[in-house]
Amino acid sequence: MARQIDIVSLYPKDMNIYGDSGNVLTVERRLALYGYEPRIHAINQNDPWPDHADIILGGGGQDNGQRKIIEDLFRRADLLRSLAQDGVPMLMICGLYQLFGEYFETVDGSKLEGISIIGAYTVGRDVRMIGNLTETSEQFGRIVGYENHSGQTFLREHVRPLGSVDADGCGNNGEDHTEGAVVNHVIGTYMHGSLLPKNPAISDFLIRAAAERRYGTFTPEQSADMRDELARLDALAEHARAVAEVRPR
Amino acid sequence: MTQAPTGTPAPRAPWYAFATPTIGKGVRWASRITHHGGSAFPGKVVERVDPGFLCRTLAQLPLGVVLVSGTNGKTTTTRMVSMMLESLGLRVFTNPTGSNFTRGVVSALLQEVSAGGALDADIAVLELDEAYAVHFVEQVRPDYALLLNVMRDQLDRFGEIDNTARLLSRVAAATTGTVVLNREDPRIAALAQVVPSSARTVHFGLSQALRRFFPTDDDMATTFERDAAPAPAPAEPTAGTVADVMLTGVGDHRAQLLIDGTEYDSEVRLEGVYNLYNAAAALAVVRAVQANVRNPQAICERAARLPAKRRDGFVMRAQRFAGASTDALVDALAQVTPAFGRGEVIDVHGSPVELLLVKNPMGFRLALASFPPAGCNTMICINDEYADGRDMSWLWDVDFTSLHATGVDAVSGVRAWDMALRLEYDGVAARGVNTDLEQAVRAFVGMDPGTRKHIYCTYTAMLAVRSILGTMADVADAGVGK
Repeated sequence: MARQIDIVSLYPKDMNIYGDSGNVLTVERRLALYGYEPRIHAINQNDPWPDHADIILGGGGQDNGQRKIIEDLFRRADLLRSLAQDGVPMLMICGLYQLFGEYFETVDGSKLEGISIIGAYTVGRDVRMIGNLTETSEQFGRIVGYENHSGQTFLREHVRPLGSVDADGCGNNGEDHTEGAVVNHVIGTYMHGSLLPKNPAISDFLIRAAAERRYGTFTPEQSADMRDELARLDALAEHARAVAEVRPR
Repeated sequence: MTQAPTGTPAPRAPWYAFATPTIGKGVRWASRITHHGGSAFPGKVVERVDPGFLCRTLAQLPLGVVLVSGTNGKTTTTRMVSMMLESLGLRVFTNPTGSNFTRGVVSALLQEVSAGGALDADIAVLELDEAYAVHFVEQVRPDYALLLNVMRDQLDRFGEIDNTARLLSRVAAATTGTVVLNREDPRIAALAQVVPSSARTVHFGLSQALRRFFPTDDDMATTFERDAAPAPAPAEPTAGTVADVMLTGVGDHRAQLLIDGTEYDSEVRLEGVYNLYNAAAALAVVRAVQANVRNPQAICERAARLPAKRRDGFVMRAQRFAGASTDALVDALAQVTPAFGRGEVIDVHGSPVELLLVKNPMGFRLALASFPPAGCNTMICINDEYADGRDMSWLWDVDFTSLHATGVDAVSGVRAWDMALRLEYDGVAARGVNTDLEQAVRAFVGMDPGTRKHIYCTYTAMLAVRSILGTMADVADAGVGK
């Protein structure tokens, strides 16, 4: 029986800077190695929404990219909100993380409304938070990545961060030692790197949630070769993580 | 042309300015003896004690300054422009490869000036990275600016690509003579709007048929749509803008160029199809300089500012350059040899080893497309020092599937494991991973004697690989500076 999983890559044209397409590749490859049939839908402005959306992945963009997609994002806001509520796993990096929040207030005081899936708001600053970053999460263990943003994001009280960071001047806002946010199966984060290849625990969380929602259970169907290949990917990721954790900011 | 060779008057020299060359050379000597600070260190000292040195020294040049900037191709294009001007008879000052920060320029000047601070050159051709180009034009207004392209690169240093374009717009706005722009890069072509009315704008471009071979950054955004049909040739981006030099055909080390309605066919001794387009850029700048030199009155004015003993020599050289035909320009282009890390081939115990510098996703993609891996051994060395860019995200914007059939023999550098993981996700076998660069390079060049080898390296990895190979073979000075 074919076990298709539909992956939506959201705005790959305007919101795919800093290698966030690596996240799509990782989910696609791992799904195949678990015995599912990944199918990718690149959804840019005005593209028709696919019949199924099992995982939604979005990336970072420039200020300009955010402006280009905002109108389309608002048209799809109700749909995205209902999918998020229904438990569709989503990963939103940087620019789309900000727009999944309540609003983004730029340095010059103008306000860009978000679609309020994540209870968070962002304030623009002149200083960029930039550099290698390792955070700790109860759910995923150590998460490694690279942040590069000038917006400071503050979570509403009820919202759980993705992880915590040790130092000032990094993470969501440089002040409260939080990074990212998790709401139901929706993850927002500033971590590039790409995030998913080096953090397979997060990849598998998204995959498991997608399979369970669509097929009731997550049941890998793997040949020995597929299992070996997955083990090889995870071993390489482990080495790369160990190096990333000790590199200068 | 009546403008001064450099548009900004030199700040007043401090009373001890006469001693700056001596101090700088002394620091240079001392830093070499003590192995302290590297090649830019003397520049750092001089920038501190005599900030007017750069402007004052460059202001002596009768034909002024050519500034080259952009994301990809700066080094090779700078080398092309300066080698062409040189072979057409001018005395050229240029900064050595890789020192594309202002203090690298100062260090290089210190090496060239006499103890009295005189610089015996007619024109300077300087490569500057986008951020330092702005820093530079605040001190010295260039006579010519060549702006190549804006692509995602080292976003950790410059923030965002639109920000990079903003940096270059300040360069275009500060240029006094001619701004040479890439007609096919929308962010560069748009800079025509900020060129001051007293300056001239010229373009280099591609014929419609060639445009799809030279993607711009906007075409990168769709990395991921592997199933998508090949991108259609973009519509005329700047309809009606005439390209002073247009690349109309590409072949194996050959370029067809359309100049003033005549088609020229030139040999190009540089690797990679993208260097054929850089050749068009270089020709456009050389033509812009030549156009100014062809005005006899301007030559007289410029000569008049020189010390008497240098006047005759300069006028003779300028007249010779002014008289050079387009054929002579194209011939000069054919003489240009590759710069450091841009297709440099080193013979190591009978194996040709090709060093390929990769700094950003587009550069890496173009390099992979230009050097087919079949029949060769392939090595990739990725470092993440400041000069390389700390962020590894860019590796995920490069498509490595062209290495599928051959695999990769060795992966090294600080971030070897990131690279190996990237390859594995593209289904490319990485046969050896070793973060110890010295061990890895020695093992790699020793395998399959006689077989051609490609080593793709980031900037600091390239420096290290060259020095490791230098202990095993003859490694030429490719303009790296010492």
